[in-house]
Amino acid sequence: MTQQTRRQFLGSAAGIAIAVTLPMKGRAQSGAAQAFDSDGSAGSFAPNAFVRIAPDDTVTVMIKHIEMGQGPYTGLSTLVAEELDADWSQMRAESAPLDQAKYKNLFFGLQGTGGSTAMANSYTQMRKAGAAARALLVQAAAEDWGVPASEIRIDKGIVSHGDKTSPFGPLAAKASGLTPPDEPALKDPADFVYIGTDMPKLDSPAKSNGTAEFTMDIYLDGMETVVVRHSPMLGGTVASYDDSAALAVPGVTAVRQIPQGVAVYATSTAAALKGRAALTVDWDTSQAETRTSLQMMDDFAALAGNDTAKAAETAGDVETALANAAQTIEMEFRFPYLAHAPMEPLDAVVEVKDGSATAWGGWQFPGFDNQAIAGALGLDPANVTMQTMLAGGSFGRRAQPSAHIGAEIGAIAAVAGRDGSWKLVWTREDDLHGGYYRPLTIHRMRGGIDADGNIAGWHDVVVNQSIMAGTPMEAMMQDGLDPTSYEGAVKMPYDLPDLRVDWVRADSPVPVLWWRSVGHTHTAYATEVFLDHLLEQAGKDPVQGRLDLLRDDMGRDRAVLERVAQMAGWDGQKVKNGKGYGVALHESFNTYVAQIVAVEDRNGQPHVTDVWCAVDPGVAVNPNVIRAQMEGGIGFGLSAALFDEITLGEGGIVQQDNFDTYRLLRINEMPAVHVEIIASDADPTGVGEPGTPPVGPALANAWRALTGANVTTLPFSTTAGA
Amino acid sequence: MTTFTVNGQERTVDVPGDTPLLWVLRDELKLTGTKFGCGVAQCGACTVMLDGTTRRSCVTPISTLEGANITTIEGLDTPEAHAVQAAWKALDVPQCGWCQSGQVVSASALLYEIPNPTDADIDSAMVGNICRCATYVRIRQGIKDAAKALEA
Repeated sequence: MTQQTRRQFLGSAAGIAIAVTLPMKGRAQSGAAQAFDSDGSAGSFAPNAFVRIAPDDTVTVMIKHIEMGQGPYTGLSTLVAEELDADWSQMRAESAPLDQAKYKNLFFGLQGTGGSTAMANSYTQMRKAGAAARALLVQAAAEDWGVPASEIRIDKGIVSHGDKTSPFGPLAAKASGLTPPDEPALKDPADFVYIGTDMPKLDSPAKSNGTAEFTMDIYLDGMETVVVRHSPMLGGTVASYDDSAALAVPGVTAVRQIPQGVAVYATSTAAALKGRAALTVDWDTSQAETRTSLQMMDDFAALAGNDTAKAAETAGDVETALANAAQTIEMEFRFPYLAHAPMEPLDAVVEVKDGSATAWGGWQFPGFDNQAIAGALGLDPANVTMQTMLAGGSFGRRAQPSAHIGAEIGAIAAVAGRDGSWKLVWTREDDLHGGYYRPLTIHRMRGGIDADGNIAGWHDVVVNQSIMAGTPMEAMMQDGLDPTSYEGAVKMPYDLPDLRVDWVRADSPVPVLWWRSVGHTHTAYATEVFLDHLLEQAGKDPVQGRLDLLRDDMGRDRAVLERVAQMAGWDGQKVKNGKGYGVALHESFNTYVAQIVAVEDRNGQPHVTDVWCAVDPGVAVNPNVIRAQMEGGIGFGLSAALFDEITLGEGGIVQQDNFDTYRLLRINEMPAVHVEIIASDADPTGVGEPGTPPVGPALANAWRALTGANVTTLPFSTTAGA
Repeated sequence: MTTFTVNGQERTVDVPGDTPLLWVLRDELKLTGTKFGCGVAQCGACTVMLDGTTRRSCVTPISTLEGANITTIEGLDTPEAHAVQAAWKALDVPQCGWCQSGQVVSASALLYEIPNPTDADIDSAMVGNICRCATYVRIRQGIKDAAKALEA
């Protein structure tokens, strides 16, 4: 593989490599070509699977991607409203049910959200859905009024011809009997009124007054709440248990073993928790991870250079280049396990009735959970209805090829052995102890500088567990390589003629998963900090040095880097007025981001005061959402760089129980964030993840400039003075 | 049995005395705007008003609340709360939204105590409310905008 392949489709693996075998961007199928799907309410009009227009003029958009804060309710509705010429006040968003044929992610070929693809894969599809609906409203009005369709206008939800006007509702019934065009015409971008404009987010009101409904807010008649005692060692299983004290707790109705642990059923959450606390369980740890994470880190580091290393990318001859270099630098980076810790702990609700079931949850890949629930209950998956709820955060945690939450709620219902309804609640302790972490990772880097100050040789050995191996995604691994392990370390934008990136797969029973920006969480840090060292050794400016190193065809990288330097007033001084300044550049998920961090030293610990961020996500559909995702992504990345760490202690016991020990960024630690969006007419790309990777390395570079300390083991809180 | 006032209504619940207020609000009274995030008073998602001050409902046993006056996100009806919620919508503060009930309750209480809070005031009043989406930039701005609106 050569560097020239960098901008291949989903070049950054996008978290989900199955994408490469599936329909390509630009071949989005027409919304109008889908089966009609009216909700059956009288007089409403559903020209395709995505748009429903009701007699009261409301336009409801079926959103095929889970809304977990990243903005698809607003984003995809914007696309429909644009082509439909609706008024923004009439737009509504609704979560689409599981229907792989209608609601698949066009990049994945199955219904699901991840890899910052929601906007990218929906852009043309949702515009066409809106345009098809518009064409039918126009046709209905033309027939009603006896005028040519070509003379009819629609402006902000009002259909008009001369002195005749109508809102959408009265035309819905007639429009529903017409045939939509196969290929409705799309607007010229010059005529966009919503795309590129800040419209109020559709979900902000309900999320400001407590009425937004999440999975945990569901209460069904007769429903029991269930909590599960899981193994404290990852990979452990139940050996035996004593439930006598648990069953004595008022409100506890049953204690049952399931594959995931011991489940306590109760009439209230408080009773379930009290019952669980009273359980005694002995665990079989024969298949569990019992090493400490410190030991694992050493074990993984020892694998660097192991003969099982696979070349993920090679160019030129790195060994000769390093042998001939005037000076060489070696550095080892260590990254801990990280928990996603979404604020709504994992949960699910299932109702079983007369041989069918309905499951509510934060289903990010509803098809996988559907299979898991149906499998546990012995039902046909077609008889298990999946309702995707608003999710209180995910950051990758709910994107589960393992479908372990589906399997757990399914098992809870199955072993109850009757019709009924159950709510599974994970506590924060379950969440932090529960695995599916960002992989613990080693980067061992070697680099050289020649007599002229040019970088001569770049070797990066990445050691970590595979996210995809052992999941349905494994079939997509080619030559035993899991790109999510090292994405971002390969296909860098820099001209490095002698380069090798190796990957060594480490193994552990600890389950690992994509965590907001996946491999980029560590590759951006290792590569951009190491590069900064090399530039410094060569006596080069961090910004100009990077610009000089960018290949000629990396224009979008160049643009964000130049813009962020301008925004921050970069003048080559890495320390000014008591603050250190550092820069990082990193593309992920085809979105280009450069950031500059300003940091102060407060009693030996870093305090970030400002982050400047330039981003190029193609067409900026919702600029306000893009800015919000950059702000949030920066806070998320900063939290990880500064504080977050899951460690395994003696016997493999996870040492972080709750937010007192799993330390997350708080408001007093949040810097001012300055975001600018590069104007672009390229197809839109994702913004949920790409804001996260650059902030850590930009901070490290600023901190080194300020204090001389080179932080190679994260988080900073344990090693800032190192 | 505990009798107390929730959002202006007298309620009597028959649950064990050590039941946290959070689960009484959610499981018994179906007031689901108050959220569970940690259970140990570390995240602030469960914040409610108890007799005029903020309280983490997840660590407040119902037995301590006989005769108490509780206000949840559903019952917030002060000029400060309205200003905060208006600012939240205008700035599109929420992302996932799970923590925002607690943020709104804490922010409203801050503005009642300190009509024109400094950044340091905001830090100390809001440091107990985690937002994993890191909407902190907008929370801070929202509080300042609400303060301005209340002044006008």
